[in-house]
Amino acid sequence: MRFAVIQFPGSNCDWDLYYAVTEGLKETALFVDYRATSFTADAVLIPGGFSYGDYLRSGAIARVAPVMQAVKDFAASGKPVLGICNGFQILTEAGLLPGALRVNRDQAFICQNQALTVANATTRFTNQYQANETIHLPIAHGEGNYYCSPEQLATLKANGQIVFTYQDNPNGSIADIAGITNEAGNVLGMMPHPERASDSLLGNTDGLRLLMSLCGKEVQPA
Amino acid sequence: MMTELAPEAIKTTQHYLNWGLTEDEYQRIQTLIGRLPNFTETGLFAAMWSEHCAYKNSKPLLKQFPTTGPRILQGPGEGAGIIDIGDHQAVVFKAESHNHPTAVEPYQGAATGVGGIIRDIFSMGARPIAMLDSLHFGELNQAHTKYLLNETIAGIGGYGNCIGIPTVGGELTFDPVFEANPVMNAMCVGLLDNTQQQKGAAAGADNLIYYVGAKTGRDGIQGAIFASAEFNDAEETNRSAVQVGDPFAEKQLMEACLVLIKEHPEMLVGIQDMGAAGLVSSSAEMGAKAGYGMILDLDQVPQREKGMIPYELMLSESQERMLLCIHQGYGAAVEQLFADYGLDAVQIGHVTDAKQYVLYHHGAVVADVPIRSLVQDAPVYHRPSRQPERLKHQTAQYQPLVDDPAKTLCALLQQTSIASKADVYRQYDSQVQTNTVVTPGSDAGVLRIRGTHKSLAVTTDANPRYLYLDPKQGGMIAVCEAARNVVAAGGEPLGITDCLNFGSPEDPEIFYELKEATAGMAQACEALGTPVISGNVSLYNESNGEAIFPTPMVGMVGLIAQNEWITTQRFKNAGDLIYTIGTTAGDFNGSELQKMQQGRISGSLFKFDLATELANQQVVQQLIRAGIVQSAHDLAEGGLAVGLAESCFDGEIGCQVSVGLPTSWLFAETQSRFIVSVPANQKAAAEAIIGETGQLIGKVGGTALEIETSGTQFSLPVTTAKQLWKGALACQLK
Repeated sequence: MRFAVIQFPGSNCDWDLYYAVTEGLKETALFVDYRATSFTADAVLIPGGFSYGDYLRSGAIARVAPVMQAVKDFAASGKPVLGICNGFQILTEAGLLPGALRVNRDQAFICQNQALTVANATTRFTNQYQANETIHLPIAHGEGNYYCSPEQLATLKANGQIVFTYQDNPNGSIADIAGITNEAGNVLGMMPHPERASDSLLGNTDGLRLLMSLCGKEVQPA
Repeated sequence: MMTELAPEAIKTTQHYLNWGLTEDEYQRIQTLIGRLPNFTETGLFAAMWSEHCAYKNSKPLLKQFPTTGPRILQGPGEGAGIIDIGDHQAVVFKAESHNHPTAVEPYQGAATGVGGIIRDIFSMGARPIAMLDSLHFGELNQAHTKYLLNETIAGIGGYGNCIGIPTVGGELTFDPVFEANPVMNAMCVGLLDNTQQQKGAAAGADNLIYYVGAKTGRDGIQGAIFASAEFNDAEETNRSAVQVGDPFAEKQLMEACLVLIKEHPEMLVGIQDMGAAGLVSSSAEMGAKAGYGMILDLDQVPQREKGMIPYELMLSESQERMLLCIHQGYGAAVEQLFADYGLDAVQIGHVTDAKQYVLYHHGAVVADVPIRSLVQDAPVYHRPSRQPERLKHQTAQYQPLVDDPAKTLCALLQQTSIASKADVYRQYDSQVQTNTVVTPGSDAGVLRIRGTHKSLAVTTDANPRYLYLDPKQGGMIAVCEAARNVVAAGGEPLGITDCLNFGSPEDPEIFYELKEATAGMAQACEALGTPVISGNVSLYNESNGEAIFPTPMVGMVGLIAQNEWITTQRFKNAGDLIYTIGTTAGDFNGSELQKMQQGRISGSLFKFDLATELANQQVVQQLIRAGIVQSAHDLAEGGLAVGLAESCFDGEIGCQVSVGLPTSWLFAETQSRFIVSVPANQKAAAEAIIGETGQLIGKVGGTALEIETSGTQFSLPVTTAKQLWKGALACQLK
């Protein structure tokens, strides 16, 4: 399976995703420049970081980068798009996911290992997890406080679009939301970093199962 | 706008004194150039001859440091030092102080400190892989200190998080002497492919001098001069020279420079960061180092403010700028490469055979001086030194009264210098680049080297209190404690970088501290086989005549040759046996307990022995390499009881320990000690290695710290102790 990793100026988790795909998952990854207008891939990964320095607003400038039209077309075709951290922020700014990410409740950047509940284990991103399973993924963000309108929240809940929730809400997100999909279920945005939990040397492989879900690989026995 | 005085007016008004040049230095300049220096030239000399650039007060002392060794590829004198780690790779590291800017504008002061040291690392051709810091602040009962610290933390995170370099370690201590002069030192570690090692040299007549990166403004003008003077309330207005950082611009600059270095070696002659003293120091150093001269046309310098005069252009410390020397014929290609990253790359001059440093502005020559006069001819001062009164008489060790050790332990765990720093380092991205095997909170940060079975252990250490009581032994201890942290993490110490943070060298008692501390550091570096490969000197850390404690920060990198040796301080399994390595004595002068009970430290520092230190470190290394160690932790502030508690916290597991020592000695700060835990079935193997250097004191297990001494016994639930330790700093930072 071929994963396109989109690189914006200021992306800084691009190589981490590249290694998670090539060394953790043993699949193919290629970088796609923000100026590209087309690419060939089976899945798109939008990495974390500080695209355009987070100037104006996280993700606000990246959403108008040339490559985003190709990402939108890719998503419309039903293929999987995963945005992590700044990638999630870009997806909400681009209108591919509802809601917005605001400054953390305590106004400070938070980097820590975070307990999450897999709220929907039936998506193409999460089929290697058990329903309501507790997993741990690192978070590292200053603006991860998810917000959406009560109507949007009701829709997210009704459609099973809430995929990950925080067990001890670190940032003030509404309904403890850590990750959501679009209505079609092929676009996932999440603040936690699965690519940082994809290598046993770093002590955690909970995130690798997300990538495995995407390409239908079986969970390796621990 | 600044008016440019005529050469004669500079002389008659003694304007050079305002820029930190002495009367003798001004005379020396006249002798070197054979005439009166003009306004621009006087400014160039003032910057280049400042302590920050020329080390004129510290040079004789820095010569004591061992700087070579079989692995050392580059010692002091370049952007950063380089140590070979095998597999055609090398580790590159350096630390830098940003104390003065941090005192004035803490967010930007700290952020640009981080930005500056990162440029030093990638200018060597290395990719930065880790950041560390060393912070010493006033007590948190002062509102202004809280503000300074919170902003400093935000600035470190704001820069490092954005650029995508993990902050994996550091230290934070508190004492009133740092109230007006906080210490903010940042260290960066990079990984280098040996074939891509760079130098900051501009060689070859007619090769091109390129300016790349952000535009030049009036920010940070005279920063180097400013960093070489004391603070004084009466001259508060002088505190304006702080730069503003843009981590996004630096990320782009770093990627562009690394592409140039890696993919286009045929284009590049040399590369250097425009750090302290900006354009003048980078260009003059690059030319002088290569033995060439240079002509620069200042009209070509990208500017973001109007009407800047040559003095301002040359001394601006605007951030995110680099100077390149490019082979003739590659100018257009370099411009294209940087344009791809949205950055300016502009030819501002060329290399000459003439060995003169010549600046043009609006078509006229505004400076023309021998290039070596700026870089190599600064005076070197052998300052007088005098032993301070407090160090003249030997005093006995403070004997604390500890009638309720559980209560004492709880109180110590809540002292700001010991309390958990999680609320600080949580604000730093410690995992980006996905190499961080051991995140902040253990003895050293550990980073794996991708594609190998090796890792690096990194740490920063200084205990200013010990240095205040005994600069020489304190200097030794600073190096040894760093090594202890590296060893406890499973590493072999490779070398150090340092930031020498002291008061004014013109005060003989301060110079004595500097002289003794560096002598102690040099001895320890020799004994441990860890050369000094880079560093920085920050003097004049004084406010209204009061100096900080002598604070030589030591940044150390160690090699963990096999990833199986990576060790953390956390107790892992119930039933594991706990050993102390090293012996404990009643050593309390300068200790956290003395500070807590008496409100201040005093007396003669306890004894310290380098041979014992080395022997004990070797025992821990052997134990780890034998594969029988579950946890290892060096004993530092707060002694054995605090060390045991720290090993219990992460896994929330208890221990039962019995030591035949006086109760108060649980908190003694005798050096060269570790605690290690090993599985019970490895008892014989462990004791064969430990021999007489340590002893079995108990085992891991249960939910409480159960400790017995020769006088008493107590039990403290781990969760209770952990809560106190965890919450203490958070509550004081608010």
